[in-house]
Amino acid sequence: MLPFNILVLACLSYAGFLFAVAFWAEKRAERGELGWLRSPMIYTLSLSIYCTAWTFYGAVGYAARSGLEFATIYMGPTMVMIGWWWILRKLVRIGRTQRITSVADLISSRYGKSTTLGVLVTVLAVVGTTPYIALQLQSVALSFAVFGLANPGRLVLPDLNNTALWVAAGLALFTIVFGTRNLDANERHHGVVTAIALEAIVKFFGLVGVGIFVVWGIGDGVSDMLARIDASPVTNVDIDGTRFLTLTILSGAAFLTLPRMFQVLVVENAEERHLFTASWAFPLYLFGMSLFVIPIAVVGLDVLPDTSNPDMFVLTLPLKYDQQALATLSFLGGFSSATSMVIVAAIALSTMVSNHIVMPIWLSSRKEGATVVGDVRSVVLLSRRLSIAGVLALGYLYFHFSGGSEALAAIGLISFTGIAQVLPAMLGGIFWRGGTRTGAIAGLLIGFTVWAYTMFLPSFGDAAGFTTDLLTHGPWGIDMLRPQALFGVEGVDPVVHAVVWSLALNTGAFIVGSLLSFPRPVERLQGAQFVNIFEHTGSTRSWSHGTAEAEDLLVMAQRIIGASEAQALFYAEADAQGKQGYLPDPTPQFLERLERELAGSVGAATAHAMLGQIAGGLVVSVEDLMAVADEAAQLLEHSSQLEAQSEELARTARKLREANEKLTVLSIQKDAFLSQISHELRTPMTSIRAFSEILRDGSAGTEEMDPESLTRFSGIIHDEARRLTRLLDDLLDLSVLENGQVSLNWSRTNLHDVIDRALVATEQGLEGRDLIIERNEVSEHIAIETDADRLAQVFINLVANVRKYCVNDAPVLRISARRLENDHIQVDFTDNGIGIPAQNQTVIFEKFSRLSDQAKAGGAGLGLAICREIVDNLGGSISYLPGQGGASFRIDLPRVHTKKR
Amino acid sequence: MGKRVLLIEDEPNIIEAIRFILSRDGWIVETHSDGASAVGAVNAKQPDIVILDVMLPGKSGFDILRDLRADPEHAALPILMLTARGQKKDRDMAQAAGVSAFMTKPFSNSGMLDAVNGLMAAGDAPVVDVSGDG
Repeated sequence: MLPFNILVLACLSYAGFLFAVAFWAEKRAERGELGWLRSPMIYTLSLSIYCTAWTFYGAVGYAARSGLEFATIYMGPTMVMIGWWWILRKLVRIGRTQRITSVADLISSRYGKSTTLGVLVTVLAVVGTTPYIALQLQSVALSFAVFGLANPGRLVLPDLNNTALWVAAGLALFTIVFGTRNLDANERHHGVVTAIALEAIVKFFGLVGVGIFVVWGIGDGVSDMLARIDASPVTNVDIDGTRFLTLTILSGAAFLTLPRMFQVLVVENAEERHLFTASWAFPLYLFGMSLFVIPIAVVGLDVLPDTSNPDMFVLTLPLKYDQQALATLSFLGGFSSATSMVIVAAIALSTMVSNHIVMPIWLSSRKEGATVVGDVRSVVLLSRRLSIAGVLALGYLYFHFSGGSEALAAIGLISFTGIAQVLPAMLGGIFWRGGTRTGAIAGLLIGFTVWAYTMFLPSFGDAAGFTTDLLTHGPWGIDMLRPQALFGVEGVDPVVHAVVWSLALNTGAFIVGSLLSFPRPVERLQGAQFVNIFEHTGSTRSWSHGTAEAEDLLVMAQRIIGASEAQALFYAEADAQGKQGYLPDPTPQFLERLERELAGSVGAATAHAMLGQIAGGLVVSVEDLMAVADEAAQLLEHSSQLEAQSEELARTARKLREANEKLTVLSIQKDAFLSQISHELRTPMTSIRAFSEILRDGSAGTEEMDPESLTRFSGIIHDEARRLTRLLDDLLDLSVLENGQVSLNWSRTNLHDVIDRALVATEQGLEGRDLIIERNEVSEHIAIETDADRLAQVFINLVANVRKYCVNDAPVLRISARRLENDHIQVDFTDNGIGIPAQNQTVIFEKFSRLSDQAKAGGAGLGLAICREIVDNLGGSISYLPGQGGASFRIDLPRVHTKKR
Repeated sequence: MGKRVLLIEDEPNIIEAIRFILSRDGWIVETHSDGASAVGAVNAKQPDIVILDVMLPGKSGFDILRDLRADPEHAALPILMLTARGQKKDRDMAQAAGVSAFMTKPFSNSGMLDAVNGLMAAGDAPVVDVSGDG
């Protein structure tokens, strides 16, 4: 007999292995080397969290009690998957384009980013999922107990409660570690998905292994098994057609609306085409999982004592025949089923709770608004972590106080029916433009109430006040209100009764409420977006030209989604608009896109509110914005083609305008430059000519000159000649660089050494004030293949500029270097001065664009132009980085030299 | 009584060169290096001739020229303008503003002497154009 301790050890090492796999997948994701980790098969396997402990253990028990009816649990999802083209494809597309993070977010976004609906769905999901989590804890605890009972001699009779508590704590830890490692705008968790895909394989082989043992080990092959099934009481159970159909529809509905299923189906979906593979592979998986359920149930009933719990046949059968390895595999399969469900459910619920309940409350409690507070990310992460712990604590408490119900299937059905109440609002939302917020709220509230009254609360029995008396005579003796015979409909199966009434009243209220109420503009807009998602994907409009300053937006975005992500986003957008740098025009399209990005971190309604504070200026204007948005949406529908054209025109016009502005500025600059270069050349020449004539005339003998003056005058001639040479050198340097004729001396060096060289050189150079240099020398140690002399020249120029132009009384230069994923390095030079005004940011790299005219100029205004040419020749780019406080320059270089373009 | 010239110029080496050339010829050379306070310096020093550079810190030579000519007291003051930007439009602008003579850097020492002495002899003569060469 298998020692109980070894089982615990196996269980712990399995958990450790899962940690390792999740960690490894996260690391690969960070390096951008996902490869097969984001293949359709992993996606399909991750969907298997549908098969929880309820399916793993409970299906056999279900079959033992009710015969073939257990198959309904598999048929609903199978039909949804096979019909993926109609519903799932649309859900996934909407989820991706609108950056939907959860079921609550979907419903909230569809009905005008309604906070009320977000809260409502979140509460419903938490209430509906808590028993389900309790169920998983219970099944793990029970399976431990089965092993404990099988070892009476060992005296290790585990306490169910303790086991459940430890499991809950372990799962909370795993989920917090891998579910909230970072705030991905896409809400994807590669580590978790990989781990649950692995668990899917384990539970599949666990169940199939037991099945094969039962058919060929205990039984005598297929024909013997068929005979046994025929003789078994299992097949005598009458199948109630209505109940069968109802349960099939119910499981299909739950497949779509369960928070954890939505998480893996929509949120974690990497590519739409993965659905295609999953549409046949997942039903196949379900088929494999259900194939041996009946044989196991039949044999279990046959050979095991009547007192044994059918829900545990999967474990007790191998144990009875002393198959320790198989029992362990089966145990790990059940453990996998339970843990994967709990992990994903906790992630999905924590996202909802955090985005729809915690964040709105936190934000509204801050009077200054979101733009002034510090890093929102840390708050979001904290609230997610607390939510995960909270969700698991709720599950454990439910388990603790309900005392553990014997029949797993009953709890599962209650949970399914509860969460299925979201279905009318969901399907209505994506297929019917007429659905409104009022209708959705009415439907959800009524469905939720009816479900609680007819199914959820009665499951508590006396504890919740649902006594036998109340069930048979109704509250206050009103027959019409009997929980299991509403409005006098009697003789119906309680489950069918609850499902039909709750969903029918829910749907009715949704339709009537929608027809009677008038949608707000933003609801109509979102309605059009969701229903016609395939017609104009990605062109939402809900922002008018506000007073939004691109720089303000950048500052805010940096706080929420992180500096480098925000900069990349702004840079890409500016590029798409045909602009250079990091500050795109705050067009409605851009604001919309930004809002979606932010929504990934803080939720749609919150992101909308935060952007509103900047883009809309005041709260008052939100209504105006909605009105404009609505008009824009109607316009869009009527003439989406025209729209596309005018968009293209606007883009071209913007490009032209920008080019023209640049040309005008450049032409003025060029004139100024010619004057400047003339001045720079003629000034030293004047001194040289005057003094050389003086010397020449002097030696001609008109007048004797004292030796002191002689030395002095020739000294001046020498200095001025050198000044002239320096200027010509700069000009030649620039011209060679510009023509790409420069020969670079490529070699391997260390970035840190190059920066050191530059700092030493500038120390000796100009007098300047004391400049404090802040740098992280450790991060600078990056091996780089470049021309070290040229690169040092660039750094020297930037540092010298700070010395010359930074107006702060205590100037500080911050140098930060990092290595990027694409094998580039990035070095930022940021000072604490006043920065460069936006209108000058585009011309500073042009020749002779000395911003301060001649006032403090030390050179001819060629420094940054030379820098740009050098960096360009080194295969990289230099740009001005706005929104950093002072002036900031970013140099981006390939780490390894590749053949020039 | 020596003839007095006020040189308004900011390049130290050029100041030194002109001072040397004119002093040797008997001129008393006073200098001023700032554009913004240049008009005040002319009022204070009351020179016989002003040599005025164009690119000055604080205020351009053209603006100083206009300010001086706007004052009746300096309407007839001989002013020689020096510029390192030899473009025609600069010359036109200087003439429009009422310059007495215009000279491009670099100049020959004898040219400088001729120009200053010529201005002194002619009193308020029409514009004398002195090319940089010669």
